[in-house]
Amino acid sequence: MAHLTSYPIQLDALIHAVLSPSRGGVATFLGMVRDQHAGRSVVELGYEAYGPMAEAECARIVAEAETRWPVRVAVQHRVGTLVIGDTAVAIAAAGAHRDEAFEACRYVIEELKRRVPIWKRERYSDGSEAWVDPTAPGGTVPAMTRAPE
Amino acid sequence: MSEIAVLPVRVQLFARYAELLGASQVTVRISAGGTVADVVDGVRALPGGASLPERMLVAHGVDQVRYDHRVQADDEFALLPPMSGG
Repeated sequence: MAHLTSYPIQLDALIHAVLSPSRGGVATFLGMVRDQHAGRSVVELGYEAYGPMAEAECARIVAEAETRWPVRVAVQHRVGTLVIGDTAVAIAAAGAHRDEAFEACRYVIEELKRRVPIWKRERYSDGSEAWVDPTAPGGTVPAMTRAPE
Repeated sequence: MSEIAVLPVRVQLFARYAELLGASQVTVRISAGGTVADVVDGVRALPGGASLPERMLVAHGVDQVRYDHRVQADDEFALLPPMSGG
C-alpha cells in the first residue's frame, strides 16, 4: 500500500497487512489531530508532502525496522486537509512477541517525524495560520494568509 | 562551442519555502561545474528568496544531498523546510 494517502486511514487494513500466524504481538500507533498546539486553539490542519521522497523515505524506515527487529511493519500518513480527531498517521508492527512490536512501532514514528518530507500547516480559531517548524522558537512560523477558495 | 557555460537547474519548493517564493518550482542558472551551494544561492537571490534560511535541507531526487554535490546537466533539486509530519 502507498504510504501517503488523501483518504481516511483504515487501521484495520494496516493490521491486516502485517498479520501472520507466526506473529502474536501487534503494536499500533495512531497520531490524531489535536485541538491545541502551544496554547492556541487549532481548528484544521493541512499536510503537504514531497510525494516521491516521502514514499521512498517511509519505505526505507520500514525496511530499517524490519531489519533491526523480526517484524513486519505498515505505515500510512495523510495528506490534504484534516480536522480535529482525524488520524494523521498510523503504524502497525507485528512480531512473534510484544517487545519487538513495540520497539519497531516506536522507531518508525520517531524516524518518520524526523526524516519524511511532510509539512503541517495549522489553522487557528482566530483565522490565522502557521507552519509547524520544530526548529523555530515556539514551534511555528506564521503562514501567509490565503484568499478563501 | 560544445562547452555549456551555464546550466539551467529546476528546483522544487514546498510548504513555507514555496509560500515565500510564491512558486512551487523555480529555475536558476548556475555555472557549469557548480555545486548545490550555487543552486541554493541562486534561489535565495530570487524575489522573496532572501527570507529563506542560509542552510536548508536539499534533496536530489528522493535523497538528501550535501552542499558540495556537483551539479550535472538535467539534475533537479528540492528545498525541504524542517519536517513536521506525524
